[in-house]
Amino acid sequence: MTDVTGTNGELVTADGRPLRASLARALRRQKLQALLLVAPLFLFILVSFVLPIADMLFRSVENSIVAKVLPETTTALRSWDPQGDALPGEEVYAALYRDMLIAAKNRTATRVGQRLNYESSGFSSLFRSSARKVKRIKAGPYKPAMIKAHKKWGKLETWQVIANYNARYTPGYFYAAVDARIDTDGGVTMQDEDKRIYVNLFLRTLGLSLTITLATLVLGFPAAYLLALLPTAKSNLLLILVLLPFWTSLLVRTTAWIALLQQQGVINEFLVFLSIVGTDDRPRLIHNQVGTVIAMTHILLPFMVLPLYSVMKTIPKSYVRAAISLGAHPWRAFWAVYFPSTVPGIGAGAILVFILAIGYYITPDLVGGTSGTFISNRIALHISSSLNWGLAAALGVILLGIVLALYLLYDKIVGIDNMKLG
Amino acid sequence: MRLAAKTLLALTTAGALAALATAAPAQELVVVSWGGAYSKSQQNAYHDPYMQANPGVKIVNDDSAPEAVSKLRAMNEVKNVTWDLVDAVASDAIRLCDEGLAEPINHDEVLAPAPDGSPASKDFGAFIVSECFIPQIVYSTTFGYRKDKLATAPTSVCDVFDLKKFPGKRSLEKKPINNFEWALLCDGVAPDKIYDVMGADGGVDRALKKLDTIKDQVIWWTKGAQTPQLLADGEVVIGSTYNGRLFSVIEEEKQPIGMLWDWQVFDIDGWIIPAGTKNLEAVKKYLRYATDTQRLADQAKYISYGPTRASSAPLVGKHATLGIDMKAHMPTDPKNAKTTLLYNYEFWADNQDDFTERFEAWLAK
Repeated sequence: MTDVTGTNGELVTADGRPLRASLARALRRQKLQALLLVAPLFLFILVSFVLPIADMLFRSVENSIVAKVLPETTTALRSWDPQGDALPGEEVYAALYRDMLIAAKNRTATRVGQRLNYESSGFSSLFRSSARKVKRIKAGPYKPAMIKAHKKWGKLETWQVIANYNARYTPGYFYAAVDARIDTDGGVTMQDEDKRIYVNLFLRTLGLSLTITLATLVLGFPAAYLLALLPTAKSNLLLILVLLPFWTSLLVRTTAWIALLQQQGVINEFLVFLSIVGTDDRPRLIHNQVGTVIAMTHILLPFMVLPLYSVMKTIPKSYVRAAISLGAHPWRAFWAVYFPSTVPGIGAGAILVFILAIGYYITPDLVGGTSGTFISNRIALHISSSLNWGLAAALGVILLGIVLALYLLYDKIVGIDNMKLG
Repeated sequence: MRLAAKTLLALTTAGALAALATAAPAQELVVVSWGGAYSKSQQNAYHDPYMQANPGVKIVNDDSAPEAVSKLRAMNEVKNVTWDLVDAVASDAIRLCDEGLAEPINHDEVLAPAPDGSPASKDFGAFIVSECFIPQIVYSTTFGYRKDKLATAPTSVCDVFDLKKFPGKRSLEKKPINNFEWALLCDGVAPDKIYDVMGADGGVDRALKKLDTIKDQVIWWTKGAQTPQLLADGEVVIGSTYNGRLFSVIEEEKQPIGMLWDWQVFDIDGWIIPAGTKNLEAVKKYLRYATDTQRLADQAKYISYGPTRASSAPLVGKHATLGIDMKAHMPTDPKNAKTTLLYNYEFWADNQDDFTERFEAWLAK
């Protein structure tokens, strides 16, 4: 009791240190301990999740391959005016010759060819055949020699593309991802009408995902409500029915929908049998948007039912009873008392379903035909088949951006701390 | 307590010794292929007999061929190539070779000569489309049709575009490749001018205009198994797919489906050795065996794809379980190969990205 204040009136502990510092120290130790506890998880997420994604996202602007394989050419090109109508001079062709000799030896020439082929068709074969022929060129002048090796070296457009795409970082992939391109004169223009696909695909992905989210809500809400009302023994049994499809392979469920929905499938046969539709005008339920919405609504339904159910279970039944006993019509009691309490569950379910839907690609690929495919189908195509990883990354960044923007919007309107996952 | 410790010690020692004894001679080769019936045919024709003859080698199958190009690229970026041999279609092999991801080989040195002594490069002939590519089989993309749902059997690939005579849905691959070739051919372009016309101004528009005539009757497929299923379900009356898939739905599953070989498009499938493999010599030894004349002929016993060696063709025999003569089911059989196209690999390497965009935009219209 005697030593609670120090010389300048500060509170001190028994060993004479200021209380504030001592408390801070203890707190720091606690924080450190807590950090150490989460460190393994943090490192794991960093190494296996954050870094690979960051690396992938980085590819959307990375473009060092051109400058790396053609270092002298890109340097020499700086003094050339791409907007003019004269071909580059002899020194550029000589630099190209030296670069190509090395590139042919290191087998890197076709890589540049492939990179530039994404921007303009024909570069792939230009670089492949030039790498073969460049070894036969013995002496200068190199300008006529290179043009003789491949006539495209004599075309202005070839050089404009190289000049426009030789920076270490390029916004080119992002332009491509929104149906634009860098024009030969360096400006940005929209892609030709008959090549625009991505903006439409983004809009379609968003629209269909929203439709699917609404459909799961409409179907899932009554189901969750029923589950929450029933006694536990019965609701557990029904819960298994909700989870059962969850435990079945995605491909199996998708294929089952194909068997059900196709024109010679179960549903159409049944409709014809009941004479609701004629055998020649069976409705098209698959290989279009309808197919995608039906199959994905079914697949994603548990993600809506489960959060809804867990929220509804915590709402005391006495609330609605109280409202009714105070004279409210059952509808009003439901809308004014029960429904608002389920909003956290609706929010959680809707966000889960929407974010999962926006990235789906196997199901739309199999049942979506041409009008029901998503942007992720194009991303998958660019990753695994056309190998245009830069464009795939740019599309991915935009998709991620859209999801984050919607998430923030949700936070603004509904409030994220209002969300309840269970 | 001590007894338990002793027993444990004895057990672990015995276990370690046993592991040493069995693990010592095995050299593992990781072979990447397409899985399913195709991998099985390779297992039966190449892997099993080779492992029997070389007990020190263990061949491990990996079914990653559909993603092989992107995975090899990724492996190469982190400099850890865990594959020893990869099955790839010719266009991918050319690309892998271009990118330096596949090992170039001297075909005459690595591969066995034909039984008559002619060198491998001559025996494989034009099928060696790249210095990294070791051809294996020829397959084709062609059409199957429902015999019971069409009044007359189609005889020409242009019947696919004839909705009056052959009404009903069709299935085509969701890619410009093949469809553009067939569309131009049926629009009256001479077979040897197809790629000239396609590459010229307005060529793509012409192909798309022809496809427009059947667009609303087409179901587009992305996986090889889809057309056989669509045909079997009666969803389409005619559809394109790989000839091996049609063989199995016709001969093994006995569906009422007929083959239309007219203007089948040939493609080649074969091996590449990934650059940076740790077992280069062992792989070369295996390759010499697995691509010799008899082995390539043997594979046709299990799957209806044609051997790429000229010297293998006469050795093709009967199917291993069905007992039918496989010669008549080879895409390369003279009766089936009256009219054929071979991919122009260089043309598609240049134009695939551009044309795919045009094609996708057209599909979305």
